[in-house]
Amino acid sequence: MERHIDEELQELKEKLLMMASLTEKNISLSIQCFKEHKEEIVQDVYKKEETINFLDIEIDQICMKLLALHQPMAVDLRYIASSLKISSELERIADQAVNIIDRSLVFINSHPQKPLIDISRMASLAQSMLKDSIESFIKKDVDLAQNVCRRDDEVDEMNDQIFRVLLTCMMQEPTSIKRAVDLMLIGRHLERIADHSTNISEEVIYYVKGKSIKHHCAD
Amino acid sequence: MKNQAKIEARNVNFYYGSQIALKNINIACEENKVTALIGPSGCGKSTFIRTLNRMNDVIPGIKIEGDILLEGENIYHPKVDIAVLRKRVGMVFQKPNPFPKSIFNNIAYGLRINGMRDKRKIEMIVEKSLKEATLWDEIKDRMDENAFSLSGGQQQRLCIARSLAIKPEVILFDEPCSAIDPVATAKIEELIHQLKEHYTVIVVTHNMQQAARISDFTAFMMLGEIVEYDKTDKIFTNPSNTLTEDYITGRFG
Repeated sequence: MERHIDEELQELKEKLLMMASLTEKNISLSIQCFKEHKEEIVQDVYKKEETINFLDIEIDQICMKLLALHQPMAVDLRYIASSLKISSELERIADQAVNIIDRSLVFINSHPQKPLIDISRMASLAQSMLKDSIESFIKKDVDLAQNVCRRDDEVDEMNDQIFRVLLTCMMQEPTSIKRAVDLMLIGRHLERIADHSTNISEEVIYYVKGKSIKHHCAD
Repeated sequence: MKNQAKIEARNVNFYYGSQIALKNINIACEENKVTALIGPSGCGKSTFIRTLNRMNDVIPGIKIEGDILLEGENIYHPKVDIAVLRKRVGMVFQKPNPFPKSIFNNIAYGLRINGMRDKRKIEMIVEKSLKEATLWDEIKDRMDENAFSLSGGQQQRLCIARSLAIKPEVILFDEPCSAIDPVATAKIEELIHQLKEHYTVIVVTHNMQQAARISDFTAFMMLGEIVEYDKTDKIFTNPSNTLTEDYITGRFG
């Protein structure tokens, strides 16, 4: 039976997907800016960030309205609660894109150094986690969501590794400290993107199965 | 003993003539908890709740199989005194049904027919019951007025006070709020929540949000069967059965 609430749930889904797609785009642009030193991307990222923030507010409003007017239950309730959290995770991921952009401006017109390669790999992994977490939401794919959660450790390890390499660089060549710190922070931003993507995947599992796996409380 | 089955149905089938209305009902309602029965119209909720104090006995042609156990004793045993049973298992109906008497006598009546003669004691119990039903403050100066002068919600709380006066162990509510306004409904819901401290409460309701608000356990019934019975928070956040899910999310019903 088609329900009155279904139309509004569909609207909520469309807004979330729009927000997710803009967030993915901004992450990819920010990484492109970092790798290719393209200043013209910056304004585009800022502009999309504004739209993402606006969508975050809009999604909050739709969810509050749905909760107040429809008193949703079971899967509907879980879907709305998860949407609220996912939109907030996306908004924070989008903030990281802006952080990366701001940090990358430092590197424009400067020479790359070795850890850039590792950061590139880490960026690809974080991006794939974000992409898959969103896909798991669209397809209600619990296996894919679980796969995203597993990949988080890999990103954490990469971040630790980058930290160690940069620390060595700083000790060997004190003039590189400024650049190394910026790179460390970019590593940290990517690691946060992976964390938020993991949170999104955990929300997807809760929405589909009604089971919370947050903080490793699978049972 | 707390948290034990106060009243329990075991393999209960119920027939109106040749038509089966309840099929193999098994449910154990815990002491000092609120159990809600939900389900579409005609699913057997009211029929079931009425089996718990033998209210169906007056209907001609009915047949019941299985056991209803009140503290382990079958209430359908031939030696059970129905008057005693109904004193132990009280009932509040959909529409408030006060007696055409004064507010005071609505409550005192049950005490008198149960043999109480001490006027002072009767007054004390009337006051206590009305306080327990959160009605005392509103009507303490109007005790001699006819009960029909009260509002619908007040009449319903008077009926609750009337059933509390004879100290039941279990109180059955058959859609207690369907005939009253939202403010009065909120008061009754609050009252039901308080009552579970001393009584075991079973509520039939059409209003799912009401079941979610007031009950500890919820049974979802359909076509005379219990589809799912679980803790209320489980039923309304993550039901195990897709039929329950479809019903509570309004996909049918």
